[in-house]
Amino acid sequence: MANHIVKVSPLDGLAKPAGSNVSLEERRFLGKVTLRGNPENKDFLSKVKDVLGVDLPLTPLTYVAGGAYTVHWVGPDEWMIHTQEDGEHALVLALREALEGIHSQVVDVSDYYVVMRLSGPAAREVLAKGSPLDFHPRAFRAGMVSGTRYANATIQISQLDDQPSYDVQVRWSFAEYLWNYFVEAAREFG
Amino acid sequence: MLLIECPWCGERDQTEFTCHGEAHIVRPKNPDELTDEQWGDYVFFRSNPKGLHKERWVHDHGCRRWFNVVRHTHTDIVYGSYKPGEPAPEVSEEALKGGKK
Repeated sequence: MANHIVKVSPLDGLAKPAGSNVSLEERRFLGKVTLRGNPENKDFLSKVKDVLGVDLPLTPLTYVAGGAYTVHWVGPDEWMIHTQEDGEHALVLALREALEGIHSQVVDVSDYYVVMRLSGPAAREVLAKGSPLDFHPRAFRAGMVSGTRYANATIQISQLDDQPSYDVQVRWSFAEYLWNYFVEAAREFG
Repeated sequence: MLLIECPWCGERDQTEFTCHGEAHIVRPKNPDELTDEQWGDYVFFRSNPKGLHKERWVHDHGCRRWFNVVRHTHTDIVYGSYKPGEPAPEVSEEALKGGKK
């Protein structure tokens, strides 16, 4: 068995946006866990809160950041939890133990997705070039998360602040495509 | 382009969704007892109206949930969405005549 594991990212070695109005960084090897369960089951909600330290967001299109975990609403019975690199192992064990006997699902998807952070004054324009989602502040603000698409990639996007900064989560196999699309889309904004 | 209202995510661009045909097709409970004609009816034949049509949509680039939509097949106007198990929204005569939602 290998005792030395080298992690590689599909974004290794790719060029970044050249100008200063858009910045793009990979959030390398972020831990990612999907959680599914019945939000009407109080037992489920309280057991999850015991582990995460925060209430699951039940309002559509919102996320909650607290301590080590950021918990995103994905659907009415589904959440996406982000944590620091390698934090997913302990989280999966803790959630599975806490939810023993409760109809639910906990899956480590850290290697299935890649998260990149897009920020800067022109970040909103870059997003608007490839996505049908309305990124105007009247429709999408800090604290919100949504599934949508960018060009041909299915993404999950959350807004972190009014700079604006966004975390964009995409399937591993689409990461290079999306990254290069962002870099190309950012060119006109300098 | 259509704007489809996802019951959870709100109004979104049509390209985030896929339509999967007529809604409320109930699978027969006794397939063994059906004639070929009856089974063919269930599998292949749809109402295909010119007018209001209840159809199944899935928000596959968003929350990935299934729901139903009432759409007019001639004007393409979407009169509303509803979650599985919920009753379809009523469409008034005026709304139909006026050609508006």
